[in-house]
Amino acid sequence: MNWLIDFFGDAANWSGPDGIPARILEHLEFSAAAFLIAAVIAVPLGLLIGHTGRGAFVVVVSANAARALPTLGLLVLVVLLIGVGTVLPVLIPLVVLAVPPILVNTYEGVRGVDADLRDAAYGMGLRGRQVLFQVLTPSALPLILLGLRLSAIQVVSTATVAAFVGLGGLGRFIIDGLATKTYSDVIGGAVLIALLALAVQLGFTLLNRVVVSPGVRQVR
Amino acid sequence: MNDEPLVRWDWIARNWDNGGPSAIKTLLESHVVMALLPVVFGLLIALPLGVACARWRWLYQPTAGLMNVVYSLPSLVLFSIFLSVTGLTQSTVIIPLTFFTLAVLIPAVVDGLGSVPEHVRQSAVAMGFRPLRRLLQVELPVAVPVVLGGLRVATVSSISLVSVGALIGQGGLGNLFIDGWQRQFYTPIVVGIVLIVLLAVLSDGLLVLAQRLLTPWSRARRRTA
Repeated sequence: MNWLIDFFGDAANWSGPDGIPARILEHLEFSAAAFLIAAVIAVPLGLLIGHTGRGAFVVVVSANAARALPTLGLLVLVVLLIGVGTVLPVLIPLVVLAVPPILVNTYEGVRGVDADLRDAAYGMGLRGRQVLFQVLTPSALPLILLGLRLSAIQVVSTATVAAFVGLGGLGRFIIDGLATKTYSDVIGGAVLIALLALAVQLGFTLLNRVVVSPGVRQVR
Repeated sequence: MNDEPLVRWDWIARNWDNGGPSAIKTLLESHVVMALLPVVFGLLIALPLGVACARWRWLYQPTAGLMNVVYSLPSLVLFSIFLSVTGLTQSTVIIPLTFFTLAVLIPAVVDGLGSVPEHVRQSAVAMGFRPLRRLLQVELPVAVPVVLGGLRVATVSSISLVSVGALIGQGGLGNLFIDGWQRQFYTPIVVGIVLIVLLAVLSDGLLVLAQRLLTPWSRARRRTA
């Protein structure tokens, strides 16, 4: 507890480029960029693979690889290979690790839609594209959102570790605190990241309430 | 960027078993211990808890909520928090990873028990099975595929997550990443990644094998179908 008071009570921690507000902003900035790039790649790809049924092995392979690949190793290797200094080398592993949860869940969501529903849509004269966007996507939305949520949490988490290879953000408090044995910083940073992760979790729960069609929600 | 080759085989040969604490073999052993103990502990805790949640449904909602919260916390955050309790020991990695395992396994046990068909349950009751024997001899065996599915996810994640522990000084093979980063030297990083992925693939394969041995009926059904 004393560590928390030391950390949050220190006025110096609240201002300047390495203060708490600046670090939160940085963390959100990197995370949002990586998350958006991943979503733009993975959602359409997942919809396409789920709808056509072609290339399903891509989904399985990426899911397994993402789970087995050690985050820290990937970060360190990519940043060493491409070079430190810019944000790009750190962004690449962040995106790579953020894609699979979205891809897998979007695919599973589209695949899992009741075959009767799909047939009925075709029977009513809808074209392939209309079936995908007007029937399959809304029905798969709960799973797509689950994928986006898991991915967002993964990004926040990886961005924390990325402080080790020089990325800013809240992970800096932990990494620098460990290096200088300033445990109030370590614990304070950990608490801030935990709060951020919980806020992301809560945000997606609320989003789920708003965007998922009540009919779909009832079934699940 | 430098002209260093990705892998220097002579480095691997020299450091595989150099007798010191940074020998690759020593790191591999501690990695296996720190990755697999949480899975074992997690399974031992998740089985009774999952059974309880399946029996008393009101328990499940709060448990699942709590596990969801735990699962959303970055591993480094949990490691840092436990660092102040358990210090620089393997427990600082093992305890948080046990929580992550629980977050995967408790829902798996509950879903597994939920996947037992009602007619199977009723047949067991009609044959005179008491609740405890029914659970051990009918319901849990039928739930094995779903539980093992969760176990595979938990095991592979645990193996790769241990390496983050290197940032607090207990990371098994993850220490190779720190070493490689500090010396701008690719070989240890590549060795670490390859060994961790191999370890994950090997454990996953063993669990698939275990499932085949534990559920011989699912293979028989596929053959007749």
